Amino acid sequence: MVGLLVILLAYLAGNLLSQLLSGYVSGNVLGMLILFALLKLGIVKAETVRPVAKFLLGAMALFFIPYGVGLMESYHVILDNLWAIVVAALLSTVVVLLTTGHCFQRLMKHKRK
Amino acid sequence: MWYDLFSSDLALLTLTVALFVVGGAIHRRTRLMLLHPVLLTFLLMILFLHLMKIPYARYMEATKLLDFALGLSVVSLGYLLYEQSERLGKNFLPILISTFAGCVAGILSVVWIAAAMGADRVILHSIAPKSVTVPIAIAVAEPLGGILSVTSVVVFCVGIFGAVFGPSILRIGGVCRSEAVGFALGAASHGIGTSRAIELGVIEGAMSGLAMALMGVATALLCPLMEQYLY
Repeated sequence: MVGLLVILLAYLAGNLLSQLLSGYVSGNVLGMLILFALLKLGIVKAETVRPVAKFLLGAMALFFIPYGVGLMESYHVILDNLWAIVVAALLSTVVVLLTTGHCFQRLMKHKRK
Repeated sequence: MWYDLFSSDLALLTLTVALFVVGGAIHRRTRLMLLHPVLLTFLLMILFLHLMKIPYARYMEATKLLDFALGLSVVSLGYLLYEQSERLGKNFLPILISTFAGCVAGILSVVWIAAAMGADRVILHSIAPKSVTVPIAIAVAEPLGGILSVTSVVVFCVGIFGAVFGPSILRIGGVCRSEAVGFALGAASHGIGTSRAIELGVIEGAMSGLAMALMGVATALLCPLMEQYLY
């Protein structure tokens, strides 16, 4: 229960901070950084939040189902831009794969010398 | 009478969880990526709402609980980030530089290609965070004004694509070190890529989880900035 309280408080603090930053970054992402900081600084022990966090992370895919179902109303937007979305998303994924892969591989090799 | 019964909060929530559980069981039996429980639940739920003539607004209202839990699960990614950050260790600098490079290259390439092919600006906002885990992508696209259903479906499909074809693309592209392969899979195709990386090996899985967590943070912080100045 304490773990849930910590996560709720981090979320609340994140929402407050988000308002101060006039919504530049959303409250839940800031809450994530706050929770990370609390754990890293040793203010909260990992064991305290682990059970709740594991549950929430494990069920994450279920939680975004309602957004995907929204496709029943917005499918025409996708269809209108179908090729742009498909080509951009696939090519860009190849770009990310090769950029991160090569970058990391080179830097590791460089370090070893 | 059927409408009242099936359009209640409880019925719609139960059906959503039930489809997800059944989808999970089918997925474990067949191991087919295209039969992923999430895709199956998307499609069957849409079919059901359509047949029962239940408007999407009613469904969204009924599943508010899930939306709230989604916010909580983004916060608990802070725990995942903490767990993964213990692995940063001696490769601190290469990891951060690669994350930054991948994040910037990913956002700019998807936005510029889509814009060049004539996509509306609202589409650009929806797909800009396409490389990160769906909850973070939604959290990034929402303040930008993206269409969140487009975000969740596109990001999810990117994950499937990266998980299925990523290892071959990396091999053809000359990325062969286990650490780099795992890192690239997590950076490009979030949680779905990570589950593929875990199948490839322990090192791949660990690096992939780390990359996924760091890409999420980098994208959440950089995407709004890039939206203002670069596209």
